Amino acid sequence: MDRKEKTHPAESDSAELDSAEENLTAKAPEEERSHLTFRRGLRDGLPICLGYLSVAFTFGMAVVEGGLPPWVAVLISMTCFTGTGQFAGIALIVSGGTYIEMLVTTFIINIRYMLMSLSLSQKIEKRMNGIERALLSFGNTDEVFAVAMQQEGKVGARYLSGLILTPYLGWTLGTLLGATVTGFLPFAIRSALGIAIYGMFISIIIPPARKMKSVAIVILISVAISCLFYWTPVLNQLSDGWVIIICAVAASAFAAWKFPIKEDKQS
Amino acid sequence: MNYTYVLLSILIMALVTYLPRMLPLVLFRKTIENQFIKSFLAYVPYAVLGAMTFPGILFSTSPDGGFSLIYFLGGLAGMLVAMVLAYFNRGLLLVAVSSVVVAFIMQELLGFIM
Repeated sequence: MDRKEKTHPAESDSAELDSAEENLTAKAPEEERSHLTFRRGLRDGLPICLGYLSVAFTFGMAVVEGGLPPWVAVLISMTCFTGTGQFAGIALIVSGGTYIEMLVTTFIINIRYMLMSLSLSQKIEKRMNGIERALLSFGNTDEVFAVAMQQEGKVGARYLSGLILTPYLGWTLGTLLGATVTGFLPFAIRSALGIAIYGMFISIIIPPARKMKSVAIVILISVAISCLFYWTPVLNQLSDGWVIIICAVAASAFAAWKFPIKEDKQS
Repeated sequence: MNYTYVLLSILIMALVTYLPRMLPLVLFRKTIENQFIKSFLAYVPYAVLGAMTFPGILFSTSPDGGFSLIYFLGGLAGMLVAMVLAYFNRGLLLVAVSSVVVAFIMQELLGFIM
């Protein structure tokens, strides 16, 4: 696979999944102490913050659409701080999914973070202690990760704190706004808003699918299995959570076998 | 609304989001070498989003989630617009909002005609 262009912060809201591949590359460790400041982190986090405002707004609306109060939306955003996982989670809560579905679905969606945190562990200063690592890892979203990995040399706790704080505020504020504004909207508009999350998902998966055949194939296989489960009489008894897991594991395993992602040599 | 259920679900979501982020950063220093696992993990998000979006998007505007021709066609129109805009790399917000607007117009138009 060709090395993709660096994820630009200003486009980071649509680049969530681009970073799924960026995380496969880790720069050679350097021992020097980072000169990146907290203030610099805050500034670098601003474009991510703006992108998050809109996504979180959609999330806030989705939660209230599902019949839950705004504080639930804000609580989820403040404790989870993740995109796809929150949307999948709220969909399960609304449909009354089981705890085990919640656990497995969220885990399947979030296992990519293990890889990103693994990459990030090579990028941060060696002197960073366990508590700092434990606290900062909470904010290791796709976009924060992508921006942190773009920096020259090592990154320290001060810089990461700033880089996480601005997006976190945007994520929380966006959720609150989305959750509270929705109640005033008329029914016809609220019904049409149901498609917003899906529109967002499409805008996340299509650009990389266009660039890479393997990603397009993963999506096609997954969608085909998903449709099969939806329209086949007996299979459609299975809940959404399990269907997503089956689709994800089957499609990803097939693609990983047929189209293994090559190690990036230049970094 | 059963808030015990909601709160427990949120707790599960939060933990299952935090632990995969926290554990590798705190515990590991080496990267995964296995190419299959690395590739698998890189493909997972696309597969998940694909399965979540299709065919769900077609029924996403229906009030009860079931089939209704007007809402189905609205969803279909919204989906096509989203796909075209996404293909031309339009921003996430523009794509999402456009699909909503198109689905809304389609529904209202069909509701008026039919």
